[in-house]
Amino acid sequence: MIKEIESRLALMDQELEGLQSKEDGPSRLRRAQLARDRAELLELCRDCAPEDNVYLARHPGRPGTADFISALFTEFFECRGDRLHREDPGILGGIALFHGLPVTVIGHRKGKTLEENVACNFGMPSPEGYRKAQRLMGQAERFGRPVITFIDTPGAYPGLEAEAEGQGEAIASTLARMSALTVPVIAVVTGEGGSGGALALGVANRVLMLEHAVYSVLSPEGFASILWKDAGRAGEAAALMKLTAADLLALGVADEVLPEPLGGAHQDPAAVFDTVDQALLRHLAPLLKLRDPAGQRYQKFRAMGLGAIPAARKEKP
Amino acid sequence: MNNLFRARRERLEQLRRQRGLEGKTGARRTGAALFHQCPGCQAMMSKGELARTHYVCPQCGFHHPIGAYLRLSMLLDPQTFQELDSHLTAGNPLSFPGYEEKLARQREKTGLEEGVVTCKGKVSGRAVVAAVLDSRFLMGSMGVAVGEKITRAIETARKQKCPLIIFSASGGARMQEGILSLMQMAKTSAALERLRRSGGLYISVFTHPTTGGVTASFASLGDIILAEPGALIGFAGPRVIEQTIGQKLPEGFQRAEYLEEHGFVDQIVPRDQLRGVITRLLTLHEKGGKLRD
Repeated sequence: MIKEIESRLALMDQELEGLQSKEDGPSRLRRAQLARDRAELLELCRDCAPEDNVYLARHPGRPGTADFISALFTEFFECRGDRLHREDPGILGGIALFHGLPVTVIGHRKGKTLEENVACNFGMPSPEGYRKAQRLMGQAERFGRPVITFIDTPGAYPGLEAEAEGQGEAIASTLARMSALTVPVIAVVTGEGGSGGALALGVANRVLMLEHAVYSVLSPEGFASILWKDAGRAGEAAALMKLTAADLLALGVADEVLPEPLGGAHQDPAAVFDTVDQALLRHLAPLLKLRDPAGQRYQKFRAMGLGAIPAARKEKP
Repeated sequence: MNNLFRARRERLEQLRRQRGLEGKTGARRTGAALFHQCPGCQAMMSKGELARTHYVCPQCGFHHPIGAYLRLSMLLDPQTFQELDSHLTAGNPLSFPGYEEKLARQREKTGLEEGVVTCKGKVSGRAVVAAVLDSRFLMGSMGVAVGEKITRAIETARKQKCPLIIFSASGGARMQEGILSLMQMAKTSAALERLRRSGGLYISVFTHPTTGGVTASFASLGDIILAEPGALIGFAGPRVIEQTIGQKLPEGFQRAEYLEEHGFVDQIVPRDQLRGVITRLLTLHEKGGKLRD
């Protein structure tokens, strides 16, 4: 549905642009009419099906990790390479100041232009990317910097070289490393949270999700092709998968849902940056006072799914 | 009526457990056919012969997947098996349509409650905690119950200062439990990191096939990583990779030997030698060693 609204909005925007410099009566009238229609159309976006969220989460205009870093942090210094084998631009990371406090920032990078997309492998990291992330996390711990991650990936790359270089090991050891970090960690799911490749940056004290971001065990396409041998039924799959921010909040996987502008983050990125900035401030302050961030994080993930086990509730309150 | 059957089944299970683990084999329920064709070399052999070789093809050495109880009976000293959390299940946390029925069918078919069996026991006289994923149960996939049982096993190993041994055989995270399945990867990995930091030994054994979220969590985190010959081990499944790169995969790709060559497995150990190798590893990790004159 959002897809149709988007295409109609694009047509209106085009017409509006054409009318912009014209000051005659009919043009002004038409402009006002278009603005009203546009607002009305946007109103329809309030009612998002899971499938629409998947569409918005993948929207090419959606702000990505690089955008969040330049909007929310100062003095960003990018750190490249895993020191073992290769630099993977599919994960962007470095050191920066957040409201004056040094932090380590790590996120998936999809790239904006086709050239960047290809270099970043469309945000699907290789093992080197995860090993770089581990290296940066280790440094953050040594220098006492909190870690902030931005999650936006279709998943870890399922390719021949990635397998040869140990994609499974790279994700597993990142999960283990991250779980025990002695500094606070906040993860923000900004777009697509695709499977283990997303989770590898997601073992955090707080997991925040943008309103239209999704987070799931595999892509709806993958889900549909396994379940019904038909990737075309992805929309149906999305509805079953409980992958929206609201679902994840209810399941206890996300801690807070951050509202987006009507029609999605790409409609007004500045507003989204502001929301995320405020949320990070709000969550980071108490975490900085925590005596044992690793302990809190352990308990948080230890409890994942426990609500489903009747006996567990009694034995392990 | 159903309750009556259930009670009876539980009693039977209990009796079997008391008798030890013999009889709880993968072949028990495979039906009346007496012959089996090896998927590795197409050779025909009798079921009895296959059972005697622990389901390793005498012709080509293909290691057939085996059930969790049979695996444990091959690992543990007789009469030392003490199952942990045998009735732990997790229902249908996402209310996924048809999942309860599917679970019920799997339980009926396999006689297992869930996709993993965890236990305490002894290997050559040494106390261990062991977990074995069973690929017959929904492909050994990891949902909340599997993740919870494995995490409890890890915690038991840590508390009782016992070595931990996990045999993996899994298609990965369980789809029907969605994001909660994914979170089990973080949960088990975090528990293992705690075990590691407290000085506990963890031996991970990859068996055929292990892919997805299990490869990308606890199975890859062993202090020692072993694999059975020819086991398929990977993050992404071969079909997904072929679709992604648009070409056929090379012979032997993602097999145990390939992983050993690429540095992700310490040793490949044939099934009949596993107990011996694990015993040696336990000896090598005994605490309080002294130099002899």
